[in-house]
Amino acid sequence: MDVLLDNSDLYVRGFVTTLQLFALSAVGSLVLGAFLAMLRVSPVPVFRSAGSLYVTVVRNTPLTLVFLFFAFAWNLLEIVRISFFTAAVTALTVYTAAFVCEVFRSGINTVPVGQAEAARAIGLTFGQTLGQIILPQATRSVFPPMVSTLIALLKNTTIAAGFSVFEAGGIRQNLSERGEPVLEGLLWVAAIFVLLVIPLTLLQRALEKRWSVAR
Amino acid sequence: MSSVLFDVPGPRARARNRILGVVGVAALVAAVGYVLYRFYDTGQFDPRRWEWLLYKQVQLDLLQAFQFTMQAFALGAVGALLFGAVFAAGRLSEHAWLRVPATVVVEFFRAIPLVILMFVFYFGTGVSSLVAVVVGLTLYNGSVLAEVFRAGVLALPKGQSEAAYAIGMRKTQAMTNVLLPQSLRAMLPTIVSQLVVLLKDTSLGFLITYNELLRYARVMGSDPNFGRPQIPTAIVVAIIYIALCLLLSWLANYLGRRQQRSKLRPEAAMPAATGKADGEAEPDGLAGPTAPGDRPGKLGAVGD
Amino acid sequence: MRNRSLAASLLVGALALTACGREGGPADENAEPDSVEQSVQADVELEGSPTFDRMTERGNVIIGVKDDQPGLGYRDPTTDEYSGFDIEIARLIAAQLGFDPASDIEYKPIASAAREQEIANGNIDYYVGTYTINDGRKEQIDFAGPYYIAGQDLLVRGDDDSINGPEDLEGKKVCSAQGSTPIQRVREEGLTEESNIVEFQGYSDCVTQLLQGSVDAVTTDDAILLGYASVEEEGSLRVVGETFSDEPYGIGLPKGDDALRERVNDILDEARDNGGWQEIYDATLGKSGNEAEQPEVDRY
Repeated sequence: MDVLLDNSDLYVRGFVTTLQLFALSAVGSLVLGAFLAMLRVSPVPVFRSAGSLYVTVVRNTPLTLVFLFFAFAWNLLEIVRISFFTAAVTALTVYTAAFVCEVFRSGINTVPVGQAEAARAIGLTFGQTLGQIILPQATRSVFPPMVSTLIALLKNTTIAAGFSVFEAGGIRQNLSERGEPVLEGLLWVAAIFVLLVIPLTLLQRALEKRWSVAR
Repeated sequence: MSSVLFDVPGPRARARNRILGVVGVAALVAAVGYVLYRFYDTGQFDPRRWEWLLYKQVQLDLLQAFQFTMQAFALGAVGALLFGAVFAAGRLSEHAWLRVPATVVVEFFRAIPLVILMFVFYFGTGVSSLVAVVVGLTLYNGSVLAEVFRAGVLALPKGQSEAAYAIGMRKTQAMTNVLLPQSLRAMLPTIVSQLVVLLKDTSLGFLITYNELLRYARVMGSDPNFGRPQIPTAIVVAIIYIALCLLLSWLANYLGRRQQRSKLRPEAAMPAATGKADGEAEPDGLAGPTAPGDRPGKLGAVGD
Repeated sequence: MRNRSLAASLLVGALALTACGREGGPADENAEPDSVEQSVQADVELEGSPTFDRMTERGNVIIGVKDDQPGLGYRDPTTDEYSGFDIEIARLIAAQLGFDPASDIEYKPIASAAREQEIANGNIDYYVGTYTINDGRKEQIDFAGPYYIAGQDLLVRGDDDSINGPEDLEGKKVCSAQGSTPIQRVREEGLTEESNIVEFQGYSDCVTQLLQGSVDAVTTDDAILLGYASVEEEGSLRVVGETFSDEPYGIGLPKGDDALRERVNDILDEARDNGGWQEIYDATLGKSGNEAEQPEVDRY
């Protein structure tokens, strides 16, 4: 307990940054993921291929490599200079968006074709069909896996410690500079993550149970 | 192609789609072209920055880094499969004294970021970096796989086990002779997908100085004699990683397709669409309506 | 599974096939420091040193070093050869202990954060690599030497004249290695804001970021910084030259091996008397135009 209390400044600062990274990249990847999902279900073949190319490449690339690119290589291209924090948010967003896209897409695919056909039969446009008929129904099968994806994102933020963003994963190195016991300090980090993740897992299970009964 | 969202396009829609397609391609080409131009303009394609690849020693080192990556992957995969099997059995046990601890362990290791797990072992207990990487990969992916195994067995129709008991099989016999052979078939694509995740996660080893591919890219990428070729080295290891993962993903898809063709359990088919490789089964996929609360499919997403 | 292993072995095979490239290093080798010829001591005996017994039994020495610090401890990725001041010191000691530097040394690159652990675990016989002697480390391992006194300094871009000492760091992005003494000092003395501190695993990453403009200064020992400045294009990097600490470099040895520690200290003293140390310095760090004297060893 001493390690945690004596260094509470480190823990607070670390986890606040973790949550910032998480919140920003969650919003970013939901937006980008939704856009990619639209590409992947669109009637234009080129858009579909572009979407699936993105998803295939990104999902088969280690997140660390995506980080490497944005933290170290991006500024070399001299397009827009970004800070290490921005680089971390970008990397997490680009990576997670591929998974978010797949969650959306498979959610949309669970809606029976008849629903959309009926919507079109009464003259709704593509946008209306998607927004008023498909998405409301797809939500229930999208939510639980989306929570899983976001849990994964939360845990993935720890990689940023290797790319000069001080977050929960970086608490260790500061502890060892202060001469504090590293193992105990790390176990506290782990414990806090468990506390953060468990409620999300419970939420996910609850949603899943409720909505699977409703179907 | 007909989909839930649109009918087979008619002539006007086709014309419109063609225009959109042309605009889309133009935008895409412009964006990719611009980035490539920036690569070129900032000298990333200078021969000087790529020359390192020609040296024998560099190739040998790259090969060795590749071997280190594969070593961590192989050991981690074996460990995770064993760990998963043991703890899935624990979670499926009828005895609470086995089930409860197994559940706690599995939930615990799934909630901790893999980076933190590796740190705990490397900096906290002082084992070598290889051991820390392998143990981390084993505990984390093993916990995810335990859930996959458990859900796979639970997803089988109740009649299967009931029939087994009815003809006088014991619980172990029913499990090994009836339930496992069937569920393993259905789970195989998900398992392979988790192995893709495991392969990608070996790259976290560079954070604890494990000499795998990514770490080699970092070292080579800051060598002053070749103009600090960060981007070239990143491109080279990216190609290796993506190729490896695609091979595995392709295997997962291949197994998935074979499942679909299989007449035994057509409802257990995994989606074979591209990009589905990480095993996010369609929500009506693997588990079906029997165990909606624990679809193994969703775990692929967690396992990242 | 057969498919995958087949594919994997194909890939390995393909990589192995390409391994038929150029031998030797890149054309411009003028930055390479010369190596100093060492005469190998014959019939060395050392009573009561478990580390020495281990080396003799194995027939070679395993030395922990840095591999990314030009001029000090640098491994040429194209030739697998090590060079630099620390490497020469390591070779001197190996030769005086009766091992041929050309054939009986195995170098093991070890990152700063893992040094104590690798020595304590017995994975290396001794460590020579910008290793500052301090009391915290002495609790886990022993030090022979010092063989060099470095001081914390700053490396900035050649065209940046706004930083001329530690007092100018406020508001500037400062980079150093994770968990290193220099970055601790920056933090403790509040030389720059916490949010401006950038930490990476090694100093080379910092130098790369400095050249790219993502950080404004790299801080660590002057010897290390001089090494980096010397391999970049002339004028692109500048060492400020205002040291604000003393960093005595020692040779890390397993804890409690006093016999070996005494012997290594003797070797260093001898190198002062016969000019061996000076020869090494002149062939490596001395090429930067700086001068230095060998410090007294500290027989604690």
